[in-house]
Amino acid sequence: METEEKNEEATLLKVEDLKMHFPVRGGVFLKQVAAVKAVDGVSLSIKKGETLGLVGESGCGKSTLGKALVRLLKPTAGRIDFMGQDITTMSQRRLRPLRQDFQMVFQDPAESLDSRMSVGEIISEPMVIQKMGNRAQRRARVAELLDRVGMPRTAAEKFSFEFSGGQRQRIGIARALAVNPDLLILDEPVSALDVSVQAQVLNLLLELQRDLGLSYLFIAHDLGVVKHMSDRVAVMYLGKLVEVAGAEEIYKDPRHAYTKALLSAIPVPDPTVERERVIVEGDVPSPIDPPAGSAFGHRMSHAKYEESVGMDLGLREIAPGHEVAWDPCCLSEEDFESLR
Amino acid sequence: MSEPLLELKNLVTSFRTDSGWVRAVDGVSFEIEHGKTVGLVGESGCGKTVTAMSIVDLLPKPSGNVLEGEILFKGHDLRKAKHKRMREVRGGEIGVIFQEPMAALNPVHRIGKQLVEAIRLHKKVSARRALEEAVEWLEKVGIPAPEKRVSEYPHQLSGGMRQRVMIAIALCCHPDLIIADEPTTALDVTVQAQILELLGAMRHETGTAVLMITHDLGVIAEQCDEVVVMYAGRIVERAPVKELFANPQHAYTKGLLGSIPRLDSERKSELQTIEGQVASIQEFTSGCRFCQRMERKGKWEHERPPYIELRPGHWVEACELCMEEEHGD
Repeated sequence: METEEKNEEATLLKVEDLKMHFPVRGGVFLKQVAAVKAVDGVSLSIKKGETLGLVGESGCGKSTLGKALVRLLKPTAGRIDFMGQDITTMSQRRLRPLRQDFQMVFQDPAESLDSRMSVGEIISEPMVIQKMGNRAQRRARVAELLDRVGMPRTAAEKFSFEFSGGQRQRIGIARALAVNPDLLILDEPVSALDVSVQAQVLNLLLELQRDLGLSYLFIAHDLGVVKHMSDRVAVMYLGKLVEVAGAEEIYKDPRHAYTKALLSAIPVPDPTVERERVIVEGDVPSPIDPPAGSAFGHRMSHAKYEESVGMDLGLREIAPGHEVAWDPCCLSEEDFESLR
Repeated sequence: MSEPLLELKNLVTSFRTDSGWVRAVDGVSFEIEHGKTVGLVGESGCGKTVTAMSIVDLLPKPSGNVLEGEILFKGHDLRKAKHKRMREVRGGEIGVIFQEPMAALNPVHRIGKQLVEAIRLHKKVSARRALEEAVEWLEKVGIPAPEKRVSEYPHQLSGGMRQRVMIAIALCCHPDLIIADEPTTALDVTVQAQILELLGAMRHETGTAVLMITHDLGVIAEQCDEVVVMYAGRIVERAPVKELFANPQHAYTKGLLGSIPRLDSERKSELQTIEGQVASIQEFTSGCRFCQRMERKGKWEHERPPYIELRPGHWVEACELCMEEEHGD
């Protein structure tokens, strides 16, 4: 395609059929007896300046996917291209200079910030690792970053535990920004925060994106927050993506049964709204022994489940920029046939 | 109007800390009518859980103590109740659902045994009959294969299932009031939807009143008849749910409502925020605490603003600065 080339230029991160399996060992000799298929064939891309929201319930593999993308984990299979370079199996040593360009912000700032380091040391550590500047330059950069994230400069001399949750998350963001990355993987960055503080941090992230042209992978389970922050949204269920579409479109016109259920399950903060709710029975199945066919069809005990076994349930484009898993259990008959 | 089921009058609960006594709940008053669901909302540390645990006398002892006020349950002050009477009330007339069911269920007993224990504590039935009832309850709360599940241990159940067991235990004695402390916070949205649906159905069926503690305004909007908003140990506003969402009076309530991204709000627009942060509990002013956060000085800098009823059922802590119309952000 002609447009392919153009997209290629603007695409920062491209992932193809990524798999991240963890061995389950058992028996006397701890042989591998099974695998947790945390991420099981995910393809996605993130363009420059774009936010891709990734939603799903706990255990669906969204955090694992985030960690695999920045190579904190070594993928089992698949391919990750970052700015045109294949980083799937790159050694940590060769990866190190590239790490400047992608950084991660974690959910719980209390756990991800070293309590024995001063805030200044925490924020400058990535620069030390990347051998950026001398001591004085790094100190100046820390002050600049603290300004940037709305913290007083005096914070550099203090310890992270002296700050509240929202402030600690700002410190985590400042650390991630220290080396001028292009992409931030934000793993539930506001889930641990109270709503009023959450809004402050979300505003900060939006402002940083506008000013610095950052790309985000925004991982969260709060769909209201994800919609607010994202340009496109990917919905994950049991290690696989089931639907990817523009943020407005996916909320207005979800096609996959799981997306629909997820959207209707969110309580709406408006007491005048009366809604029809799709209640999904059961729980998310275990990724150790996932159903052979449609995972969500299995949960719903769908009549067409048998049909889905052995089918390729990969994403197909149902409308421009709107992809959905081709799954007989989870699509309307019309949608399913139109994709055949 | 008939007598409310529960009436809190000027409840004060304090904790002893290394730096002296702190008032986690500082003069809280509200009522719960029979069969109504009241939401208690506020940010972490605002005293909502402490308020609830004061009612059923489940504060961590000896550090936590109710110092002042009355807890009138069916007209009798629970603070004056004897230990034995409190045991009857707790679990019998007031059921409690905790946020983390794994911490509330006993890991070394089968869930059937835990249900039977609850049933037999408050009702004179044979062990066999109680076990039958336990199975019936598990079925009512939507646990598949209840005959089999009844002899399983909590760790064998998923989070959603455990919360269902908690609900069964809370409901099995037909309580008049259920205190649900963040009952769905630890759960995923689809499971949360199941549990809320179940609670709603059970409430409808049994006519139980509920005190629902949550920080999720969506849950409040869908589940509650009335809302109590707490800030820094005090109630800043209280109103029927539709009134509160449509016509909030206190700046804190407005800020709270404005700071949640809604599905219909403009994407990537700036969210409303509440400036500053809650003062630490040792530093709470005796005056208006939201003004303290805003670093505002005014009439209620040192003195507590009056708690007044603006309209029938709509109460607010009436600090003029906090009730002004929009003042930028």
